[in-house]
Amino acid sequence: MSEDKNIAQDYIDIFNDHRATIEHSCGKEVNAQREAAYKLFAEAGFPDSKDEDYRYTKVASYFSDNYGLDLAGKTAVADTLKGFSCSVPDIDAHTIYLINGWYYTESAIKDLPEGVILCSFSEASKKHPELFAKYYNQKAKESSDSTVHLNTMLAQDGIFFYVPKNVQMNKPVQLINVLSANVDMLSSQRSLIIVEDFAKAQILICDHTLTNHSFTANHVREIFVGNNAFFEYYLIENQHNKVNQVISSFIHQEANSNVHSSVVTLHNGNTRNNTFVTLAGENSNSELYGMAITDKQQHLDNFTEIDHAVPNCTSTELFKNVLDDTSTGAFKGRIIVRPDAQRTEAYQTNKNICLTPHAYINTRPQLEIYADDVKCSHGATVGQLDEEALFYMQARGISPEEARMLLMFAFTHEVIDQVRLESLKERLKTLVEKRLRGEISKCTGCAMCG
Amino acid sequence: MLKIKDLHANIDGKEILRGINLEVNPGEIHAIMGPNGSGKSTLSSVLAGNDKFEVTKGKVEFNGVDLLEMAAEERSREGIFLSFQYPVEIPGVSMVNFMRTAVNAHRAHRGEDPISASDFLRLMREKKNLVELDSKLANRAVNEGFSGGEKKRNEIFQMAMLEPKLSILDETDSGLDIDALRIVANGVNKLKTPENASIVITHYQRLLDYIVPDFVHVLYKGRIIKTAGKELALELEEKGYDWIIK
Repeated sequence: MSEDKNIAQDYIDIFNDHRATIEHSCGKEVNAQREAAYKLFAEAGFPDSKDEDYRYTKVASYFSDNYGLDLAGKTAVADTLKGFSCSVPDIDAHTIYLINGWYYTESAIKDLPEGVILCSFSEASKKHPELFAKYYNQKAKESSDSTVHLNTMLAQDGIFFYVPKNVQMNKPVQLINVLSANVDMLSSQRSLIIVEDFAKAQILICDHTLTNHSFTANHVREIFVGNNAFFEYYLIENQHNKVNQVISSFIHQEANSNVHSSVVTLHNGNTRNNTFVTLAGENSNSELYGMAITDKQQHLDNFTEIDHAVPNCTSTELFKNVLDDTSTGAFKGRIIVRPDAQRTEAYQTNKNICLTPHAYINTRPQLEIYADDVKCSHGATVGQLDEEALFYMQARGISPEEARMLLMFAFTHEVIDQVRLESLKERLKTLVEKRLRGEISKCTGCAMCG
Repeated sequence: MLKIKDLHANIDGKEILRGINLEVNPGEIHAIMGPNGSGKSTLSSVLAGNDKFEVTKGKVEFNGVDLLEMAAEERSREGIFLSFQYPVEIPGVSMVNFMRTAVNAHRAHRGEDPISASDFLRLMREKKNLVELDSKLANRAVNEGFSGGEKKRNEIFQMAMLEPKLSILDETDSGLDIDALRIVANGVNKLKTPENASIVITHYQRLLDYIVPDFVHVLYKGRIIKTAGKELALELEEKGYDWIIK
């Protein structure tokens, strides 16, 4: 058996040994999906370098440490959050916590509009079998990525967020993810978000790590957006260098729906963000933005797949990365335009700045276009900071260091400016500035509260 | 103020400046003219501290200090200003942010605190009027999408903001129509004091109708081959350079 197979086998053993405990957390619709996921994962193992979609990210190595799993949810207690506060100032949000993937609230969520459900995934899977039967694992099970099936096999908790038809939420949900343990730990968080027809919702997810152990987070989020519905998704990744994060987000869009997604990777050891979008209803629109800053030996890999399944949909992607030191990155953007998906518009841009000769990134668009009446474009650049602009600023008295900062702010702001939550936008600009100035790693607790 | 002695400079191993001698005193305006490729822009780049050019020989003193030892930003803070022939567009960096950073760098150099937001806006407003720069431009990214004339006016605006001791205007007239030329020249003239000085690099006599020089130098093949009063510019306009080169 190869080393990767051994690593996979460890998780299969965990599942077999603790299946009853794992299944105890969830309702039958969730448990019903485990067997198939187990088979898919056992057969495929972790993606290896022969897998084209994981060519630049050795994902198996993220799972190779001797991780503990909190199968009983014992870490989700008030003590874990002692001394911790995370707030994006001026954001009036419904705030919830996940500790090592387990749902935790300090106090009950108030003022939710009628019919909205915001609770733990575990609880919801028992209380709402009809919704889980309809939506749970419906997109994820089709994935060719075995880390998704690993999650389905082990999933116990996460969040469940349901916005019924016609309900427009005017407050965003802020989900604060906390990793905190006295051993190295794997967290498999699973979330299900349903935004029904003509509904509106926004979610902001902030990732934090409170202890200095190694963590691997293997999260899966399924998001269903109904006809004429509107959904905004913000993910702020800000963790320490010993955190590996694999996040797979599946977004399914019905007709006339609008989705905005911004994934900002401020600090993480190894990051793989998978975003899969299916434009399943006509006139739906999806916008995916991503911005990452990496340094030291960090690794970042943004993978996107947008499936234009029907005519008259639009998608826009803009991903920008700043890579320093010996950090590495990858971007792969797959766009599939199905034979019937005429009048598709799909635009993809990936721009990168490598600050040192040792930082590098692989960028690859992959367009599979089977319709003939489409507008598609893709562009990728890898470069350094503009020397002429640097000299121009120096000639005005600005130091080279400050000039570089101004250019990097400008580069990253193109993505941050897309954020629609105004107070988050300003906060992000401050955080990005601190990060680029090398100040953010000093904040051991929570960068959002600085 | 500025003393250039036997200055030689190369780019990519090719010698462009071959022994420049020039002295500029406070209150003076010097025009440097010369055919294409004579080294006019190289001279301004070397004085501003562009390290693409390698100084192989010679000395430049600025107010008694060795200019060539200073980095570009230090030269600016010491009071040298280069108005670029081709101002650079910097997408995403707002004029306000750019200018405030520059002004504060100059202030820090003088041991002063950063400028307050209200003082800064007042200063911007005052200096914008000097070159009739549209307020909208000041709210945009540096030079991005500016017309040729707007870029040059923006250079003079920056000069007004930084109040240099020595300004070097590198072909500030190129690409300007007559109205823009008048506005730019008026700006330069209004900024003129008995304490500061200017070097005006130009192809054409036209600009010198507006900015009247005390001295006109002819640069040819990397050397100054003739120096005279303002009447030389008219003579060059009429007869070309051939009569001097011979």
